[in-house]
Amino acid sequence: MSNNNLPTWEVFIQPKTGASFEHAGNVHASDKEMALQNARELYTRRQEGTCIWVVKTEDIVSSNPEDQQSFFDPADDKLYRYPTFFKVSKKAKGL
Amino acid sequence: MGHFLPSNHSSKANTLTMSAVQETAFQEKIDAELKIEAKDWMPDKYRLHLIRQISQHAHSEVIGMQPEGNWITRAPSLRSKMVLIAKVQDEAGHGLYLYSATETLGITRSELIEQLQMGKAKYSSIFNYPTLTWADMGAIGWLVDGAAIVNQQSLRRTSYGPYSRAMIRICKEESFHQRQGYEIMSKMSNGTTEQQEMAQDALNRWWWPSLMMFGPADSESAHTSNAMKWKIKRGTNDDLRQLFIDRTVKQAELIGLEIPDPDLKWNPKTKHYDFGEIDWEEFWEVVNGNGFCNKERINNHIKARSEGQWVREAALAYSEKKQNGV
Repeated sequence: MSNNNLPTWEVFIQPKTGASFEHAGNVHASDKEMALQNARELYTRRQEGTCIWVVKTEDIVSSNPEDQQSFFDPADDKLYRYPTFFKVSKKAKGL
Repeated sequence: MGHFLPSNHSSKANTLTMSAVQETAFQEKIDAELKIEAKDWMPDKYRLHLIRQISQHAHSEVIGMQPEGNWITRAPSLRSKMVLIAKVQDEAGHGLYLYSATETLGITRSELIEQLQMGKAKYSSIFNYPTLTWADMGAIGWLVDGAAIVNQQSLRRTSYGPYSRAMIRICKEESFHQRQGYEIMSKMSNGTTEQQEMAQDALNRWWWPSLMMFGPADSESAHTSNAMKWKIKRGTNDDLRQLFIDRTVKQAELIGLEIPDPDLKWNPKTKHYDFGEIDWEEFWEVVNGNGFCNKERINNHIKARSEGQWVREAALAYSEKKQNGV
């Protein structure tokens, strides 16, 4: 059996105009044109999107789940970033 | 479950091996209904179980294209032909979603395909039965997809994130398949006497194999215990089979077809249908390669794969050529 795996590409779909792109899955393809076409055939057979991004899986950089706590540590003691941190008189409207 | 660390764990924890600690954390996550993702730590057996189960599921989708593909050129109308093509294309898509999910576990597509072609990986035995008449397209959509949906709806809650997401996507697409099949059955059972007989004959042939799709009885199933503890499976074979039967009996009555089981009867105590004995000898015969179509299905797969080989080679060569600016 031959072993020529085509490289994988991650597929992101924008469900409607103005919405954020969401990860849908991946496809195998030899180049970017084929990746886009395969992504269309595989992930948008029912008008699921208005636009597709594909990016080679190997080009994606991810944080390490095992380092989740330390990696996101800078954000876990800054309650003043939330509006509920501030006490404001109920009489003050429109805040 | 999983909380075996004693309260004075600071001293005792040191004596636990690293992997025992990891396994505890893993099980706690599962118990808390959190999903496991590809880069998370997982026990080797969990990984292997997933590769076996998800790839078997993927292979079933892909091999499942053959019995239906058999009728595309002979569909009785343009409408039914277009619908059947769309359905078979969906099966290809479902196979690909599932291969993608399997590949996140560190195995390549060609390794998976090799396992299928060498007979090391299984696919659902239902696809080793032949499709003899157009009514079989109805029976497959209604019963085979119906049984698959029961299983897949339950698997949307599986603990492995990529598998769960594939299941959610598949379930959304699958309900058209079952309606498509039921429509064929309902048209035929309201048609001429000959058509009615064809519909009944298809139900007679596909009913029992559909029940077998849920796998051996819980008392016999080799894979159920860890699969439930790890929440890979969310319902047992017997429970899912019962759910399918309860749903399907009334659908059959509605279109005037008779389920081929003299023991089938509503049980007011359990609020479920009792049903007759499944022929497990037949099940194991087909699983072990002695069904009607086992060889044909794999030979077709090998042929299609090898005939497409030059396309993959040419595409790769073209992409390398472009990268090198030639």
